[in-house]
Amino acid sequence: MIQINALHKSFEGRTVLNDINFTFDNGKTNLIIGQSGSGKTVLMKCLVGLFTPEQGEVLYDDRNLISMGKKEKQALRREMGMIFQSAALFDSLTVLENVMFPLDMFSNMTNRERIRRAQFCLDRVNLTDAQDKYPGEISGGMQKRVAIARAIVLQPKYLFCDEPNSGLDPKTSLVIDELIHDITTEYNMTTVINTHDMNSVLGIGDSILYIYQGHKEWEGTKNDVFSATNQRLTDFIFASDLLKEVKSIKSC
Amino acid sequence: MITPITPIMTFGKYLRLMGKVFSRPERVRMYFKQYINEMVKLGYDSIGIVLLISFFIGAVICIQIKLNIQSPWMPRMVVGYTTREIMLLEFSSSIMCLILSGKVGSNIASEIGTMRVTQQIDALDIMGVNSASYLILPKILGLMTMIPLLVTFSIGAGIFGAFCTAWFGGIMTASDLEYGLQYSFVEWYIWCGFIKSLFFAFIIASVSAYFGYTVEGGSIAVGKASTDSVVSSSVLILFSDLILTQLLMG
Repeated sequence: MIQINALHKSFEGRTVLNDINFTFDNGKTNLIIGQSGSGKTVLMKCLVGLFTPEQGEVLYDDRNLISMGKKEKQALRREMGMIFQSAALFDSLTVLENVMFPLDMFSNMTNRERIRRAQFCLDRVNLTDAQDKYPGEISGGMQKRVAIARAIVLQPKYLFCDEPNSGLDPKTSLVIDELIHDITTEYNMTTVINTHDMNSVLGIGDSILYIYQGHKEWEGTKNDVFSATNQRLTDFIFASDLLKEVKSIKSC
Repeated sequence: MITPITPIMTFGKYLRLMGKVFSRPERVRMYFKQYINEMVKLGYDSIGIVLLISFFIGAVICIQIKLNIQSPWMPRMVVGYTTREIMLLEFSSSIMCLILSGKVGSNIASEIGTMRVTQQIDALDIMGVNSASYLILPKILGLMTMIPLLVTFSIGAGIFGAFCTAWFGGIMTASDLEYGLQYSFVEWYIWCGFIKSLFFAFIIASVSAYFGYTVEGGSIAVGKASTDSVVSSSVLILFSDLILTQLLMG
């Protein structure tokens, strides 16, 4: 479980996050949604420790990331996995080497065990055949799946996904969403997804935090979205004609 | 906007980065693997260009000295002697490092800069890896290990170039050149070249890595970092050459 209390972050006097309180539950896919520039990415970076907020707490099972020492932070980071918008795979390494990298760096397994574990994770994301290819030789969807395999190879307790569906076609997006959702349940992780893909919101949003201009505007689940009365939220989620129609069918 | 305080701030940031770079590695085996890769990429892959440039410069120096300095009043060994001194004292250490700052420096800055803008460095940080140390330390050590070898190759290729002008150009006899090359030889000059090149290798790798690591933005910023790294490391090489020459030879 990750809890954020009264989080505040600003850049050069401009407030980007203001008094955010939320709890990201264990074993659930927790979504952070909001328009571009609303502060989602800054919030995600505060959660993983890439940015330090001026005020507030980020509690990982009651361990405060903000006040942690360097060593504690390093140890906590080994419990985290992250999937970046651009997949962020290492260009000079093959798919298998990319997945093995965290094991090479932090595990005491033998080489054979490391290979076996990496192949298991690649098999989990259906990519065993691509293990000898380089990131530049595979598609965007496959890169995202490799990133998922790399993120789960050390069996993290916390998984962060920064717009995992960006640049992917709707079908591949669904595959990625289902994969993340299944893995979250399977490993009982606390998963935080930063997205503005409405299919993800309505498909895997076990818990949703809507950010509007740097503050928490609404929270709920995917089922609550249809009955929500918050005008800003409904304007954001049901912006397209298709989703407006879905909402009207649901309301009937 | 550049203010008078900007270079001081940049130097401060550079020192802080070096503090992160020279910290205890998480997994020595992984760093050693990177170190070997960097020796190949930065050193071994530069041997060709070092040999090529040094060969022609050695030959040209020999011809220029012969045409411009030698007269009936000058001993015949002057050409070989001057060629050797130029190659040992300045060309193979300082000028070769200036050339390498263009090839190796831009390579380091653009590689690390691209890793920054594609979030690969963020990925390392989130894994709990000291990204500065993992990416930069093997480059610095790899280039510093290989640079004496490159200097040796450069001296050898330059002298071979000079001999080629004697053998094939017929501007002087090879025995005169050989006598000049051996005349009043001071072994310390070779060590001076090695010592200077080690400093220059550190400058090339660390300054270029700094510019790459601190990139903010996209491809244009990476290109700018690459150019800045070459300009800055070249200026620093020239400046430190002045100080080191005074310290080592003065």
